Amino acid sequence: MLYLDAGKYTPYVWPAYAITVLVFVWLIGDSLMRARRWRRDVEKREQDAAE
Amino acid sequence: MNGLMVLMRRELALSWGRGGGPMLAVAFYAAMATLLPLATGPAPSQLAVVAPGSAWLALALASLLSLERLFERDYEDGALDLLALGPAPLELVAAAKCLAQWITTAAPLAIAAPIAAVALGASTSLMPLIALTALIGGIGFCFCGGIGAALSLGSRRGGLLIAVVVLPLFAPPVIFGAGAIEAYAGGLDWRTPLLFLTAYSLATAGLGPFAMAAACRNALS
Amino acid sequence: MFTFLYNPDRFMAFSRWAAPLFGAIAAVLAAIGLWLDFAAPPDYQQGYTIHVMFIHVPASMLSLFVYACLAVASFLGLVFRQPLADAAARAAAPLGAGLTLLALVTGSLWGKPMWGTWWVWDARLTSELVLLLFYLGYMALRAAIDDEARAARACAILALVGVVNLPIVVFSVDWWNTLHQGSTLFAPGGSGLAPVYVPPFLIMIVAYLGAFGSLWLVRIRAEVWRRRANVLAIRAAR
Repeated sequence: MLYLDAGKYTPYVWPAYAITVLVFVWLIGDSLMRARRWRRDVEKREQDAAE
Repeated sequence: MNGLMVLMRRELALSWGRGGGPMLAVAFYAAMATLLPLATGPAPSQLAVVAPGSAWLALALASLLSLERLFERDYEDGALDLLALGPAPLELVAAAKCLAQWITTAAPLAIAAPIAAVALGASTSLMPLIALTALIGGIGFCFCGGIGAALSLGSRRGGLLIAVVVLPLFAPPVIFGAGAIEAYAGGLDWRTPLLFLTAYSLATAGLGPFAMAAACRNALS
Repeated sequence: MFTFLYNPDRFMAFSRWAAPLFGAIAAVLAAIGLWLDFAAPPDYQQGYTIHVMFIHVPASMLSLFVYACLAVASFLGLVFRQPLADAAARAAAPLGAGLTLLALVTGSLWGKPMWGTWWVWDARLTSELVLLLFYLGYMALRAAIDDEARAARACAILALVGVVNLPIVVFSVDWWNTLHQGSTLFAPGGSGLAPVYVPPFLIMIVAYLGAFGSLWLVRIRAEVWRRRANVLAIRAAR
């Protein structure tokens, strides 16, 4: 049902999708990690200040 | 008007005197023109093809040279503070600096560029046009460069940063200038790219000083 | 109504639910889009490479859109002195650079089977390259100035200069391209898109848009927390 045979275009089509996935994974991961890191930092500092 | 003349005279003296002024730009340009055949091979046919374009490109790069010091010196010794507070608007000061830069680097390069292009194999009939595009494009390079220099004030790695910031701004004059020369060489319409080049240079000369002044005020704040 | 745009607390409250929502919508749309994409038979003219278009064109459209967002955020930050806008501009830059890079790489991979070479200096790809230089210059300038407020303002000026320059660059590159190629043989859309491809194509564009929206909100949140952390650190040091 899905046309997945790329034929002679295989070395072009799948690497394009692979790179797209990679870049998105990196962007998502980096953004989430960054947010998590600074959020934890703020919470820790607020805790320290409250003590 | 009198104040403007004083300002111009100061900027010209600074630009001409420090760091070797025009000689440095010309020497750098000569070095690049010498390196090109070393890189591409001396075959005249090959060189002649890239000669006009590379001569133009070398112009863009040579004008990056003295950009770092354009505002830096005045910024460091406090003169920029005084200029910002003085009677002349900061925009005019910035324009005067870029204009002085143009006179001291673009004018000598406008003489050197045609010579270098011919030495690399371009036809001598191109010389007047190369000189003209160098002069006009030089305005674009100096004012765009000024924007980069003003934005990089007070930052680390000034010189390289200016180049990175400024290169996208250099793309249109490089395209139009080299395009005009190649069009002329190929017998095509060269007036259109030349007009676009002139338009771009005038636009940067008109609008650039506002960006430069804003950047200087930001750095001084 | 738009207080979340300039009030950090309101923004955090808004983005808390908005970011995951946009992300979820983007993921669902991407799945649907890709499914429809691969369920369609290969294109008559372009063969299987048409599938690269579904990830190349959204990337390049988004790369320009992100730049517009960056410019608007810069303008708001510069004129209205809004630190949240400054944070938004800074957050958008790496996303834009990543999308531009994707546009370039997928464009090259799309082009190789079509044009025979890995890189072609055609108008669109060359403009994308200059756009990448814009983003890199922006990020470099931001990183090179230590004072945050100063860096934000300098970058805002650069972004506004760039947004004026970008159409000029696109125009000049287009002109240069016709000078050297004579005719536009490499029109990426070919002679129009077969109707079966239009829905997945549009869905992918919206999916990319949702992904950008979600990631942008996440990164702005990170910026807000980072600034809060800095403030707390300074307070604690007294």
